[in-house]
Amino acid sequence: MADETKHHGSEKKYGQFHRRVFEANAVNFAVWATIAILIGGIVEIVPMFTPAGPEISPDVTPYTALEVAGRDIYVSEGCYLCHSQWVRPMRAEILRYGPWSRAWEYQYDRPFQLGSRRIGPDLHRVGNKYPDAWHYEHMRDPRSTSPGSIMPSYAWLLTKRIDPADVEASMVALRKTGTPYSDEEIASVEQSLAAQGGEIVGRLQVAGIESEPDRAIVALIAYLQRLGVDGRAALQKRGVEY
Amino acid sequence: MQTSASAGIGAHGAVYDDDIVKKFLIATVAWGVVGMLVGVIIALQLAWWPANLGLPWTTFGRLRPLHTNAVIFAFAGNICFTGIYYSMQRLLKTRMWSDALSKIHFWGWQLIIVSAAVTFPLGLTQSREYAELIWPIDIAITLIWVVFAINFFGTIAIRNVKHIYVAIWFYMSFVITIAVLHIVNNLAVPATFLRSYPVYSGMTDALVQWWYGHNAVGFFLTTPFLGLMYYFLPKAAERPIYSYRLSIIHFWGLIFLYIWAGPHHLLYSGLPDWAQTLGMVFSIMLLAPSWGGMLNGLLTLRGAWERVRTDPVLKFMVVAVSFYGMSTFEGPMMSIRGVNGLAHFTNWVIGHVHSGALGWNGMMTFGVLYWLVPRLWNKPLARPAMATQHFWLATIGIVLYTVAMWAAGLMEGLQWRAIGDGGQLANPIFIDIVHRLEPFYWLRLLGGFLYLVGAVMAAYNFWKTIRGPESLSTDVAAPVPAT
Repeated sequence: MADETKHHGSEKKYGQFHRRVFEANAVNFAVWATIAILIGGIVEIVPMFTPAGPEISPDVTPYTALEVAGRDIYVSEGCYLCHSQWVRPMRAEILRYGPWSRAWEYQYDRPFQLGSRRIGPDLHRVGNKYPDAWHYEHMRDPRSTSPGSIMPSYAWLLTKRIDPADVEASMVALRKTGTPYSDEEIASVEQSLAAQGGEIVGRLQVAGIESEPDRAIVALIAYLQRLGVDGRAALQKRGVEY
Repeated sequence: MQTSASAGIGAHGAVYDDDIVKKFLIATVAWGVVGMLVGVIIALQLAWWPANLGLPWTTFGRLRPLHTNAVIFAFAGNICFTGIYYSMQRLLKTRMWSDALSKIHFWGWQLIIVSAAVTFPLGLTQSREYAELIWPIDIAITLIWVVFAINFFGTIAIRNVKHIYVAIWFYMSFVITIAVLHIVNNLAVPATFLRSYPVYSGMTDALVQWWYGHNAVGFFLTTPFLGLMYYFLPKAAERPIYSYRLSIIHFWGLIFLYIWAGPHHLLYSGLPDWAQTLGMVFSIMLLAPSWGGMLNGLLTLRGAWERVRTDPVLKFMVVAVSFYGMSTFEGPMMSIRGVNGLAHFTNWVIGHVHSGALGWNGMMTFGVLYWLVPRLWNKPLARPAMATQHFWLATIGIVLYTVAMWAAGLMEGLQWRAIGDGGQLANPIFIDIVHRLEPFYWLRLLGGFLYLVGAVMAAYNFWKTIRGPESLSTDVAAPVPAT
């Protein structure tokens, strides 16, 4: 019944063409449908790899080993589902968060973490906004630093350890995608982790918190404290206020 | 040849494989309940944070991908396959090309869903919305999709009718486009067996992901469902499709325009302006072919409207198509740069996707299920009144859900941007705005819960039907006509 639709008048002529060329010829149909769905994507995506694509800047450097480990935790916990990393060029957003987010600030972000929802506040300018100890306490119990917060506690990050071999594998893969890590950086992942982790542990100690350089929380703090920092410095260097 | 009740026999003597249809149908119902239950749990977590349970595996950040993937790929995916395997055999008057491939497709797909249910709570994710599954599972999806595509096109190749009906055009765009989207969006370099990094970075990565994300809506939640509409709505209404010509125009218009719309997820971002504008303009144009489909569906009911009052199948389908019309009006409006400036990041977006998901996909699914179950098992529906009760619960649930999210979204959007007389933020404390949303989160939870209750009632109704006595009269579950 359904495919025996009765049609009439001008509809008949129009329909006859479609029936003959497409409906009676499945290969033809599939080829033209494929062409139809490819055009938009090609026009929009291919230019991204040309100068018409997002701007890049030498002012941004790749994440350190510890920041890569922290970023993996950020991705794994699904932080992006509640927090954006994307300050829009609007007055209220600049007042609330800081300078709006430039394309080049994301150039080493794999995967991107712009987010699509703000259940909690934007994090793109959170780097250096709070002390390391604030982040430590906030992840342990969000309500201790932000009364009334609805964020879950991430207390297990305080005890979980990161594996240097795992971080090295990440950096090797990131280098394959195009992140410019040097051979020395890849070779010295373990020392780099210990050094940057040690600095954070030292600052935590000043605040009366005992931790160790290989804890997941330390890596996450390293990543959060990096967010938006390169961009902010580059904008200052260029004399751009926001 | 199969002689059991699971094989339908067409006018040309073709024996259809209805066993595979039943399998996909049962999976649809089971995963639907699971996916919606997880949705209700994460809705509770926003209203009452202790529901995160203080465990790594149960936080909102790990469960939300489980919810979205379960309802999209398990619930909606399985009903698409149910409808496709049922209708394409009848429309093409042939059995599926290969029963073995049908079975591999079914079990492979369910295994992928189970792997999602295991990996997401463990925090294994690519963080690409609706493409969170890690790379080994992505490869499995690719292989299973190829199996499905071979069987799909193989069946078209051995068809016993010359012309291919409109439902199959839409199925075809689903099979082709999902393959393209899935492969391009998941290109990545593995670091370990459980983790990989995309070949794209930054804004390019964001564009590729939202090209995928928006077209997952377009080609997983829209085109196959339009295919279901074009087959099952005329069947249920016992009326021919309103306009064949309109179906041609809106099919080609829809598949061509949809693919451009992704950048509307990145308005006011670092994405080059020309790409943002293209995304906005094409999103607005998308209204035309979307409403072409809605009108073709609704006008098919001309002369059958009095049956909508009594037939739960038609009730579900009419509300489904109406919600399709509403959300495809709302979407283009939200893609206008200025409107998006207010709506983006807010609960309004969540309301929008649920008017599409619960209204269009969910209601169409249940309409198809209530029509199919009695026919596949050749038994009358055990509790017809309960189907109508389900309909009303679901409809009220959607209304509560979307109204709560509209109100919450407008409120937070306006309060985030409000500037006081002194030129400073009127609501400088973010958490204050979060707290004002709490009543709406509870209302949304109630709406979602009602919808879940309806789904459980459907599952019960189908179970009682399938387990019930064989039909004595042939008019309740009449032999299925060939097309």
